[in-house]
Amino acid sequence: MKLSKNHILPDNNAPIIDIKNLYKSFGKDNHVLKGLSFFVKKGENLVVLGKSGSGKSIAIKCLVGLMQADKGTINVFGKDITKLDETGLNEIRLRIGFLFQNGALYDSMSVRENLSFPLLRHSSSLNPIEVDKAVIDILTSVGLTEAIDKMPSELSGGMKKRVGLARTLILKPEILLYDEPTTGLDTITSREISQLILSIQQKYKTTSIIITHDMACAKQTSDRIVILKDGIVNAEGTYDALENSNDEWVRSFFI
Amino acid sequence: MVIYLKSIFTDAGNLILFTTRFFREIVKPPFETHEFIKQCYVIGYKSFPLVAVTGFIMGLVLTLQSRPTLSKFGAESWLPGMVALSLIREIAPVITALICAGKVSSGIGAELGSMKVTEQIDAMEVSAINPFKYLVVTRILASTLMIPILVVFADAIGILGGYVGFNIHSDVNMVRYNAQVFESLDFIDIFPATIKTFFFGFSIGLIGCYKGFTASNGTESVGKAANSAVVLASLTIFIIDMLAVQITDLFF
Ligand SMILES: Nc1ncnc2c1ncn2[C@@H]1O[C@H](COP(=O)(O)OP(=O)(O)OP(=O)(O)O)[C@@H](O)[C@H]1O
Ligand SMILES: [Mg+2]
Repeated sequence: MKLSKNHILPDNNAPIIDIKNLYKSFGKDNHVLKGLSFFVKKGENLVVLGKSGSGKSIAIKCLVGLMQADKGTINVFGKDITKLDETGLNEIRLRIGFLFQNGALYDSMSVRENLSFPLLRHSSSLNPIEVDKAVIDILTSVGLTEAIDKMPSELSGGMKKRVGLARTLILKPEILLYDEPTTGLDTITSREISQLILSIQQKYKTTSIIITHDMACAKQTSDRIVILKDGIVNAEGTYDALENSNDEWVRSFFI
Repeated sequence: MVIYLKSIFTDAGNLILFTTRFFREIVKPPFETHEFIKQCYVIGYKSFPLVAVTGFIMGLVLTLQSRPTLSKFGAESWLPGMVALSLIREIAPVITALICAGKVSSGIGAELGSMKVTEQIDAMEVSAINPFKYLVVTRILASTLMIPILVVFADAIGILGGYVGFNIHSDVNMVRYNAQVFESLDFIDIFPATIKTFFFGFSIGLIGCYKGFTASNGTESVGKAANSAVVLASLTIFIIDMLAVQITDLFF
């Protein structure tokens, strides 16, 4: 089944993620983020573009509290996560799924254990049969049931991405953060992953931020795009609008 | 030189912070019992053959080396007691701890280091699982508990090795040999020696975890974490040993 974008977003939707004036530097003179601001509305797929090293990964790491920003506010579900303590942060984290650039599967655990690991810790009311069922369900939805008893080292790059995605989805997050979901994959697998991202958006009604260098993926999945440059948002708009932008630098992404 | 000193002091400071974090997290539920038992198996059971072989050789060699000197004084009957004493007081704890610094500390350093580099630790954190509790607390506890047990094994196997060594030149049965061993042993030989092995175990786990958990990003830091874990853990073992001997000296 071919899915198409859901362009009919209610415009009055309040932003579910709202980043304002974010600053982050490493050492004295590596200023990565210099007042980054953007927002994401509920149910929206926001694609973040930008050259390598422009601070895309840093921005979403600040968003889940893996990194502390130097300055600025990050509102998620109406709470400023830069001011939350560990417990408050963990409550928010449970509602956010994070797909790492390289999958970050737990090497020492099989696929089954990778998936049941977060589930067992956060839904302690489930019995083993229910956990197993949830694991199989989620693997089915990413199309990888046959890999359930494999170790991560036995999986291909694309399979790892899918398992990583399944592991993020198993806690039913409301927000999904994808860090380069299609990088390193062939065109066909990339397209499948992009389809998967769309189908997840529609099936689970999630809000997503998708960092990518893959324009096909951006075209397929984006409701809106922001382009980072010099630590701030340089351009913003729909895929079509940016593709026909007057700014040559912006257009250069789309060639 | 200044930079070198500075890095030593920051390292020491961070290690102290890491240790206080351990004591803070250890009392907070939930407890990762399953992972703790698994680590006991990995650290204890899997190091057993290595410790057994070294323990046996230590006992055997120590007996063979000491015999000529003792027989010069006609004191060969002291041999079993002397070997048992030096094994239990000093050699078995220190050698076992050093072996485990090589195996366990570097193993933990490399494992946690690669988990850090491949963002697995971050992945735990974003799924609201406390990686410090799951990875660090369990490993430090397991090694604190397992190293003393391994040392007791090494003691016993070392004494057995001593028996074999003793029997190369003379003929004594096991019962008499054991009687000679236990005759020479006192409470104060065993008690402080056992206490210090807990500290050995603690520092082996702590340093491995610290080096791995705080590894910087990049693949080469995994090797660095494993390597510096062994070096620092071995050094710490000698320092603890020295302190332990001084303290025992004061009180007994
Ligand atoms: N742990 C760190 N310590 C110091 N500097 C860092 C660290 N992590 C990232 N940086 C710096 O931050 C900058 C942005 O990194 P980031 O990973 O966000 O880039 P990116 O936009 O995700 O690039 P890519 O598309 O290649 O993934 C880099 O130039 C890097 O030098
Ligand atoms: Mg990145």
